[in-house]
Amino acid sequence: MNIFACVSHVPDTTTKVKVGADEKQIDQEGVTYILNPYDEFGVETALQLQEQHGGEVTVVCLGPDVVKETIRKGLAMGAEKGIHIKDDTVRDSYGTAKAIASALKDKSPDVVVCGRQSIDYDGWQMASLLGEMLSIPSISVVSKLEIADGAVKAERDIEGGKETVETTLPVVVSVQKGIYSPRYPKLQGIMKAKKKPIEEVTPEPWENRVEVTKLEKPPVKSAGKIVGEDASAAKELVRLLHEEAKVI
Amino acid sequence: MNILVFIERRDGAIKKPSLEAAKAASNIAGSTVTAVALGSDASDLDKLGGYGISKTLHVNDAQLDAYSTTAYAKAIAEAANASGSDTVFIAATAMGKDLAPRLAVKLDGAVAPDVTAITEEGGDLIATRPIYAGKAIETVKVTAAKKVFSLRPNVFNIGEVSEADSPVETLSVSFSDADFAVKATGTSISTDKLDVAEATAIVSGGRGMQGPENWNLIEDLAGVLDAATGASRAVVDADWRPHAEQVGQTGKTVSPTLYIACGISGAVQHLAGMSSSKCIVAINKDKDAPIFQVADYGIVGDVFEILPALTQELKQFLGK
Repeated sequence: MNIFACVSHVPDTTTKVKVGADEKQIDQEGVTYILNPYDEFGVETALQLQEQHGGEVTVVCLGPDVVKETIRKGLAMGAEKGIHIKDDTVRDSYGTAKAIASALKDKSPDVVVCGRQSIDYDGWQMASLLGEMLSIPSISVVSKLEIADGAVKAERDIEGGKETVETTLPVVVSVQKGIYSPRYPKLQGIMKAKKKPIEEVTPEPWENRVEVTKLEKPPVKSAGKIVGEDASAAKELVRLLHEEAKVI
Repeated sequence: MNILVFIERRDGAIKKPSLEAAKAASNIAGSTVTAVALGSDASDLDKLGGYGISKTLHVNDAQLDAYSTTAYAKAIAEAANASGSDTVFIAATAMGKDLAPRLAVKLDGAVAPDVTAITEEGGDLIATRPIYAGKAIETVKVTAAKKVFSLRPNVFNIGEVSEADSPVETLSVSFSDADFAVKATGTSISTDKLDVAEATAIVSGGRGMQGPENWNLIEDLAGVLDAATGASRAVVDADWRPHAEQVGQTGKTVSPTLYIACGISGAVQHLAGMSSSKCIVAINKDKDAPIFQVADYGIVGDVFEILPALTQELKQFLGK
């Protein structure tokens, strides 16, 4: 099975986001980058599929040279090789998907796995974009995946429950927490990852279709009032919720 | 400006976020709004007039009664073309988030996903969307000719609904088997539990609840308020609660009218997921907990004393 895990290089979840001088991007100072947490589930899913069905896992990432570090994290988890789509610009989701689809289209993927969203731009788009661009099925926000004899059965999270979706290979899936717990890279895996091949690909230039005109911090909420320090405050809280906040 | 709104239905009922999207579209100055609904059920489609829809295109095909990302994207793209709409609004639900990118590729356009405000400026639609789980807000403009916006549920107000009916026209779309390459074959939805992403009130618990056996206190309070129950990442990771309840950067981002955080200290990832709630109440014994920084009202104290008292007071107040 020819499996591709698409990963994103994102600021750590503990990052205190500051707006950069251009007011379009975040201030990079002091920001640590990690493998997008949802893509860790993606790499793990890819490795599980490889263990079940054989074949190999390739980690794919778009961005400047520094994203190679993130590709290496996927390789340290156990993937065989990487594809680095080298791009120094800030690409929108459509352009990112276009570059990935173009890198994958001649490689006959059986399964392409992404995380449900990157935790920086929170777009939730990649699986459906790639599926349509590659003209193959896609299933997003998958928390359970079964593949047998070319048939795909997945459970995806929907409001208040799960939806079972069926299709056939090849397929693009985006995965959700709950599918498989990501393994921690072992020291040996980290050492091996340094020697694994990363193919560098240059994408076609892209003119963004979604233009960011401004980036700002959300309005700061000032700390509210402390209503009380024990159960006797409950009555006053109910009054405030009704009369002041008007939410009940 | 012609805008197409996709009307999502599950089990025959029109989803509220689609009505929010219809109202948001009709609130855009100078807009003419067409709706598209899929599947064999025509009930209530004429009522969409009350939400500012001028007409509804109904792709009346029983094959569409079950969700199919591929067939739905095709049908909506045809409706966009048939109605001359360069702009499509879709509620950013599980279905909408899955559909919007496919639709954008079919239309050779682009998506502004999960937006929380849209205004018209000089003929362009300008949208704002939270990124980094709400730690920053970006303002975006779709520069492609065809634009898809997915709208975050619970954010756009429906406001007044008129009695006006609107016409429903059948739109025929011919499908091949390949269009149904991906198909939903079943759903399991727990009908007695509200989802945090859809709820207008949420009662969430964190480590301060001390164990899953104490969740009856959260559930009792949620029951009185018809609220969904939420959880912090710590308690989901500890397997006290299911991941579907997790609020925060690696869970769900929510914007309910009322959010009550019980025994949650307020890690930056949690705050990112809930701080856009309209009214936040925090109950925590640590007066220095970061959750109090975003709370409108706080009670510094023991959740095990305060929750039962609050449930009782609300029961009385609401006459339950």
